[in-house]
Amino acid sequence: MARRRVVTGIVLAAGSLAGTVAWRRRSARRRDRVDVYFEDGSMVSLTDGSAEASTVLPLARRALETTRT
Amino acid sequence: MDAAQALSDLTEISSQIEAAVVLDADGSALASTLDEQRAPEFTQVVQELLAAVRRASGSDSGELAQAEIATADGSVFLVRDEQRTIAATTGPEPTVGLVFYDLKSCLRSFAQEKPKPRTRKKKAEDDGAA
Repeated sequence: MARRRVVTGIVLAAGSLAGTVAWRRRSARRRDRVDVYFEDGSMVSLTDGSAEASTVLPLARRALETTRT
Repeated sequence: MDAAQALSDLTEISSQIEAAVVLDADGSALASTLDEQRAPEFTQVVQELLAAVRRASGSDSGELAQAEIATADGSVFLVRDEQRTIAATTGPEPTVGLVFYDLKSCLRSFAQEKPKPRTRKKKAEDDGAA
């Protein structure tokens, strides 16, 4: 009985950990985006994974690295 | 106000801004908060970034006003006016509106440079003619 409780606890802990990691990764991915505002007041948001954003985001990461090294 | 002074004021006012550079219309750096070793590389990356944002957003005609490129490690901001572009980096999840406001104010400080005082020579000439 006690052994069963221990196994249940471990499974629950592992599940929580996996869920937390997955949630944090998803949140981090969602943060990566390019928001462009135009002079006429319009705006376009390019999300990570799109072809357009894939050319811009690596350059932004490089710019951040340059300022912090 | 010169570019270096404007950037100095900017970093003093905005604690969120880690580094910034001001580019002229032709893309050359007018001033940077970075040291001489890192400033040229940062300027080059910003030039490439500006071109990439224009291509990605389809704004080849140059109507791009401002942009935020947000990553998990931080954000890069670009703000343009008729003559200059200012680029700045921040940490993750900055207060976007506040950073844009501070960058626009910095660019405006260039535009509000006082014109050189006019000489009084013309008035003297006019008085002589009268």
